[in-house]
Amino acid sequence: MAREPLLLPRPEGLYCPAGDFFIDPLRPVPRALITHGHSDHARPGHGAVLATRQTLDIMAIRYGEDFASSRQAYDGPVTLGEAKVSFHPAGHVLGSAQIAVEARGCRIVFSGDYARVATPTCAPFEPVPCDIFVTEATFALPVFRHPPPEVEIARLLASVAAFPERSHLIGAYALGKAQRLIGALRQAGWDAPIYIHGALQRLCDYHIAEGIDLGDLRPATGGTKADFAGAIIIAPPSAFAATWAQRFPDPVISFASGWMQVRARARQRGVELPLIISDHVDWPHLTDTITELNPAEVWITHGREDALMRWCELNQRKARQLHLIGYEDEAE
Amino acid sequence: MSLAAFATLLERLAFTPQRLGKERLLATAFSENPDPQRGLMLAAITGDLKLRQVTPSLLRGLTETRVDAQLFAASYDFVGDLAETIALIWPEGTQSDPPLSEVVEELATTPKTRLPALIISRLDSLGPSERYAYLKLATGALRVGVSARLARTAFATWANLPVNEVEEIWHALQPPYLDLFAWAAGSPRPEAAARAPFRPVMLSTPTDLDQLSALDPAAYAAEWKWDGIRIQAVSDGGTRRLYSRTGEDISAAFPDIVDLMDFDGTLDGELLVRRDAEIASFGDLQQRLNRKTVTPAMLRSHPAGLRLYDVLIWNGQDLRDQPYDARRAVLAEAVAQLGPRIDLSPELPFQTWDDLAALRLNPPATVIEGVMIKRRDSPYLGGRMKGPWFKWKRDPHLIDAVLLYAQRGHGKRSGYYSDFTFGVWNGDELVPVGKAYFGFTDAELKDLDRFVRNNTVERFGSVRSVARTKVVEVAFEGLNRSTRHKSGVAMRFPRINRIRDDKPAIEADHLSTLQAMLDREG
Repeated sequence: MAREPLLLPRPEGLYCPAGDFFIDPLRPVPRALITHGHSDHARPGHGAVLATRQTLDIMAIRYGEDFASSRQAYDGPVTLGEAKVSFHPAGHVLGSAQIAVEARGCRIVFSGDYARVATPTCAPFEPVPCDIFVTEATFALPVFRHPPPEVEIARLLASVAAFPERSHLIGAYALGKAQRLIGALRQAGWDAPIYIHGALQRLCDYHIAEGIDLGDLRPATGGTKADFAGAIIIAPPSAFAATWAQRFPDPVISFASGWMQVRARARQRGVELPLIISDHVDWPHLTDTITELNPAEVWITHGREDALMRWCELNQRKARQLHLIGYEDEAE
Repeated sequence: MSLAAFATLLERLAFTPQRLGKERLLATAFSENPDPQRGLMLAAITGDLKLRQVTPSLLRGLTETRVDAQLFAASYDFVGDLAETIALIWPEGTQSDPPLSEVVEELATTPKTRLPALIISRLDSLGPSERYAYLKLATGALRVGVSARLARTAFATWANLPVNEVEEIWHALQPPYLDLFAWAAGSPRPEAAARAPFRPVMLSTPTDLDQLSALDPAAYAAEWKWDGIRIQAVSDGGTRRLYSRTGEDISAAFPDIVDLMDFDGTLDGELLVRRDAEIASFGDLQQRLNRKTVTPAMLRSHPAGLRLYDVLIWNGQDLRDQPYDARRAVLAEAVAQLGPRIDLSPELPFQTWDDLAALRLNPPATVIEGVMIKRRDSPYLGGRMKGPWFKWKRDPHLIDAVLLYAQRGHGKRSGYYSDFTFGVWNGDELVPVGKAYFGFTDAELKDLDRFVRNNTVERFGSVRSVARTKVVEVAFEGLNRSTRHKSGVAMRFPRINRIRDDKPAIEADHLSTLQAMLDREG
């Protein structure tokens, strides 16, 4: 008799029959385990939610305190039904975790989104030995070899020095990317105030409350144009089209994303200074991670699945696509 | 200028949105780099380096020796630019920074058989952005958002020289343009030493009845807009050359025209296939395009002729400063001696713009694609400026078609499903009748892209077959019979005019509509 699989894709998301829960479900479910606070993984309206304390805090900030009927902060391995569950840092954003599920002698690690570049804003990725590794494939093409963030920050600072009369307006998503960028700027020695859009305020405040030093952050409001000459301003990309952006002197439009490695992507967005700063694994980190963990099987959630399937085939690795629809393909 | 400096320049040009900013970057590069590096850089940007030996298929083949072909294909499909894909995907090696001149020289002089080894060794010893610049240089298609015209304007501004004079002598100059940079430094202007040089062609801007109604019809002349190829015919002291409007020498493909050019001067006109009095369709003309040489049979079955619009130089006299009416008088006299296969594009009589609108609606031949309107007092000016010359094209044909397939676009459209195959009904099946990859607004492109992603029913490699539910209005300029397409028709210049979400697929047009159109077009 074929054994029931430990995890299986359902329309609501990936389901564990042995523990009767979903991981990062796309629709409201009775019991959900959540890897991290990005809105395509952490959705409101579930019954019970189990996640790291920080992910629960972030969900409350984004959706309000009543985002789920009940919640439980992860506090060491738990047993749900027949399944043993543990959380391990994913290095993606603050609070992000991989979820290991173990039953009947088989361990699956669902990595969510993950990154292997060090950042002061969250705990580093922890390699967890497993039989089945479930991975994203956002940047799973061999063209994606992201340069070290220091190199990109140096380009940004060189541009700031070259155009002292202009401001630098950098697009970065509110959870994770913005703080990763600020953290990298501080590590590079940029200790001037960094101005942030109102949409970033609460999540930046939360990082600071969690003991992450982001330096002098100020709201990018008030003041005259001249006050922003030579300044670095960070905002969600959607703010660029709004009248909000008109207050800055001749801004150099920049965007911090792993997609910026492809020129056409940068030009489509009207970006003048593309910064290749990512919170996902690039191709070498992704393939190295699989090699390092050496799982018996690789399952692929979303992104460039075909290319990663091909790499697995070339490397004699068993792999399958989960065809989970709903995780964001292009956003980063 | 080293290859790394050139790569940085390309990158900054590509990402600097303003024209003025690009001109400043180029000016700095002209100042900071010595000959011959700066001249080679300029030639690379204007597309005049002509290192045409390196083909995309050669580069693909080389890359597949280093990278799995499937991974490479998937990457190219995603990135949308071959040089960029290879630059990013090539395995890292050592890094060197050769001078631009060294790289250009070896690409120009290395025999074809040794080229693959040369390119591999270069790619192995460059960083990613230098690899990109190197590959762009080698293939000759830079596409960094700088036109040849902009580069020449930037040079003229930097050198404080009149841009028209730079344009004028440009085609006689050779990279690395030592004489051009000497001129900028105060030496005399280089002479257009070559016989029968190309002169910048005067171009028109589109107009419509609304815009025209603000103008005085008496100040303008009108003529048909012939649907052939715009040419410049130059005969200068026995040297005869036929140029396309971009200055490409196309004499070799049209020896029958060159034979007819028994005059001394520079004429502006339209090249057409004509059988006695009748002007053949553009489809017939296409048979003779893009051929390096032409067979005697083709010369007999598809004889070419000229229909003249204007005269720039006649018997040694430069007429470009004279008003249009005066030039036409000279042209009318000149044409009389040139025989029946070169004639004058007739002037259209009209009193009011409504008169002209009526003529435009009923042209005497299908090979006419609208009317040209030219200010009677305008001099002949190279380039496209708004005011002296207008084109008022006939309205396009429109059909409603159903989206069938989509592919990711390339270049600035990469990442979007922007290449669409559409079809019309033939009985109860949909037959493909054309492909379009422009015409839509950015918002419409987003809508189409989302439709494709959410309605894919099948994938064939990079092609997606979509649910047959999306109706689009397709505009096109004409139809040709086609043996290559199953539907038997080929559209000219098809584009997506708008999305018809108000129409169910069943109400899209039928193939019989196109066939009837084809019968009318002949």
